[in-house]
Amino acid sequence: MLDGLKGPPVHPVLKLLVQRLALGLLLLLAVSAVIFLGVEALPGDTAQAILGQSATPQALENLRNQLGLNEPALTRYFAWLGGVLTGDLGISLTNGSDIATAIGQRLGNTLFLAGCAAAIAVPLAILLGLVAARYAGRWPDKVISGATLTTISLPEFVAAYFVIYLLTQVIPIFQPVAMVFPGMSFWAKLNAIALPVIVLVLVVLAHMMRMTRAAILNVMQSAYIETAELKGLSPMTMIWRHAFPNAIAPVVSVVMLNLAYLVVGVVVVEVVFSYNALGQYLVDHVTKRDLPVVQAVGLIFAAVYILLNMLADIIGILANPRLRHPK
Amino acid sequence: MADDTLLQIRGLKIEATSYPPGEPPKEVTLVEGVDLTLARGRVMGLIGESGAGKSTIGLAAMAYGRGGVRLTGGTIRLNGRDIRLADNRTLRSLRGKEVTYVAQSAAAAFNPAKRLMEQVTEASLAHGLLSKPEAEARAISLFDKLGLPDPETFGDRYPHQVSGGQLQRAMTAMALCPRPDLVIFDEPTTALDVTTQIDVLAAIKEAIRDTQVAALYITHDLAVVAQVSDEIMVLRHGRMIEVGPTETIIHDPTQDYTKALVSVRGLDHAEKPPAEPVLRVEGVTARYRGTTFDVLKNVTVDLPPGQTLAVVGESGSGKSTLARVITGLLPATQGRITFAGRELSGDLKGRSKDDLREIQMIYQMADTAMNPRQTVGTIIGRPLEFYFGLKGAERDARVQDLLDQIEMGKGFADRYPAELSGGQKQRVCIARALAADPKLIICDEVTSALDPLVADGILKLLLNLQAEAQGAYLFITHDLATVRAIADKIAVMFKGEVVRYGQKSDVLAPPFDDYTDLLLSSVPEMEIGWLEKVIAHRKMESAGN
Repeated sequence: MLDGLKGPPVHPVLKLLVQRLALGLLLLLAVSAVIFLGVEALPGDTAQAILGQSATPQALENLRNQLGLNEPALTRYFAWLGGVLTGDLGISLTNGSDIATAIGQRLGNTLFLAGCAAAIAVPLAILLGLVAARYAGRWPDKVISGATLTTISLPEFVAAYFVIYLLTQVIPIFQPVAMVFPGMSFWAKLNAIALPVIVLVLVVLAHMMRMTRAAILNVMQSAYIETAELKGLSPMTMIWRHAFPNAIAPVVSVVMLNLAYLVVGVVVVEVVFSYNALGQYLVDHVTKRDLPVVQAVGLIFAAVYILLNMLADIIGILANPRLRHPK
Repeated sequence: MADDTLLQIRGLKIEATSYPPGEPPKEVTLVEGVDLTLARGRVMGLIGESGAGKSTIGLAAMAYGRGGVRLTGGTIRLNGRDIRLADNRTLRSLRGKEVTYVAQSAAAAFNPAKRLMEQVTEASLAHGLLSKPEAEARAISLFDKLGLPDPETFGDRYPHQVSGGQLQRAMTAMALCPRPDLVIFDEPTTALDVTTQIDVLAAIKEAIRDTQVAALYITHDLAVVAQVSDEIMVLRHGRMIEVGPTETIIHDPTQDYTKALVSVRGLDHAEKPPAEPVLRVEGVTARYRGTTFDVLKNVTVDLPPGQTLAVVGESGSGKSTLARVITGLLPATQGRITFAGRELSGDLKGRSKDDLREIQMIYQMADTAMNPRQTVGTIIGRPLEFYFGLKGAERDARVQDLLDQIEMGKGFADRYPAELSGGQKQRVCIARALAADPKLIICDEVTSALDPLVADGILKLLLNLQAEAQGAYLFITHDLATVRAIADKIAVMFKGEVVRYGQKSDVLAPPFDDYTDLLLSSVPEMEIGWLEKVIAHRKMESAGN
């Protein structure tokens, strides 16, 4: 203990990072409480949901005792939280299966789809943003801005059906259904999800591209950009070497919001392409009032949001030379 | 054209489009009919007030127009070819290679995300002039020549890790690294403290001499430019007033405007005798919340009515903090302030309306000290309503009185701040302070942002008003010429302490303490060879220590 106190001063970045991590964990805990309370506040309870409207009071009471629903809410919250921490998300009410196992596979599918979409969308959006900033107000900028605005304005399902029509009917190169199952080769999987990936890229491109463009143009007003211009550097070198490093923080925060959306917000695309992932799983179980599943998936979604935003903060901190290299 | 002519400008015309509020855009001519010839290895000073077009001309030597500025006429011959209408590729190949630029604010002109070495060597590498090891070796030798600490490792630092004066030298190294034919120095020392300015100036002068580079040296300070240039061109409103050898311009100017510039520091003020003080600051110590050191240490000064106390020091010496403590914005941790016979509460909340009314402030940036959406009449009328409850015609009449007092006359009450010049804005701020009928006015660097002749007018106005109304001024400044022109008493501050204090004649008379001596000797004098003398004097002093 004393050694720690007497040691060299803690690097301010390390302190900030630890703070961000602690804040993220605290936030996650608060979210878990909110999710639990929200489910708790719904009319009726799990026993009612299982047995239906015609159940006798006696049968309900027996089931409640059996499920532990008569315990105080606080006790049940901590029991649930303890389970979550040890990887036990509970048992699905509708089919009695282990939720963790069911989620595991679908989470894999979700992350695979989101990862593929992000791997294309993020570099493409930033590249387009840089090009649009380079030719700000001229035709390449107008074409890029117009095209990405069009794709973001289309509802996802319209974009999805349009892409399906185009790439399975007009030019039949892909399957309209994105079925993946264990044992498929990686390439087969990639081929299967090509269409939903295209749709997702179209949907998330505009936001990130516009933020990159705006952040770059903002930095381009700085005196050090004039310095770069007076060194005789080419416009693209100026943007890439001098403007972009100073525009990272705002770009990263928008990228992370879009990544979070790719994980938690793509249920419509999953449904259109019959892709078996987390979004569909959640919606199915909401309609069946399968509350333990809803709680578990809700918590995972919240964790993804918090994690990605925390990551954006951390990258923003690391990108700032004033914090990285104090005086 | 003679063989050694590097830059020849003939009949240069520069225009821009201005967008006045509420009016259609209009074309304005910034520079017209400027001729300039610069031989290799020579230094020409461009001097004039703000708006004289000196920076615009400097940048035109790189065929660069800042913002929407367009080079619309004449020729700019650099190394024998006209570059005014050259295409982008040609311009890129000469910028950073044949001509380089040193900006006024190096702090803004360096990319905060890159190490200094990378930025200093960038142009040499981009133009393929030097290999990376060669460029770095040259940068290190330039760092050494410019007197930067630890030249071997200086380049590893980021811009925020070095001081303003060091950054300005690093920018000079950046400009010299690609061995250009011409360097444009655009007010390179204006943003620096007076004691730092002289070191940087000496370093720049030595570097120019050693590298045999030609330079355009742009500044508003004739005394500074006299130290470095062979020739001087005086500009006003975008036109040449006079051009000639430095010696001639300083000692034998032919134009009235140049004569006015040369004599601007002649303003003198007879000191008033000591008297019973209206403001007494005793043993004040203060620190900002969340910090661990005192910005003011045991400060004791006093100020009689109708007199001026000048508080002098460099940035960070605590002079503005003293103003914050007196106005109650920052409560002192120790000491007390007595004003007009009563003790002032340290905290703003504990002060009466009269306490607030009797102490008024005028700030450095008149621009940001006024609401841009209020007319001059509203701005000056506000204290009249707030403190005296004046309304309607009565208020308007008083506003006009005040406008007359600041020598602005009729027709200004309906104007907006954006329609005024820098000097007029500062006058409106003075009228606003006077409207409260204060016993003490705190003037925080009120002339620092103004051109010398305009600043002179403001100082004269303040002195006249003082003679009429017997108000006391606490005058914060870093400029010793201003101090001579206005002060009765002087307090020299250094690192939060008052190191020298008393009547003006005593403070400015030898023997000096080390710091006051440094400060006084650093004020540029309009005399060729002054810089070398001061540097020599300093070296002796530091050798003696």
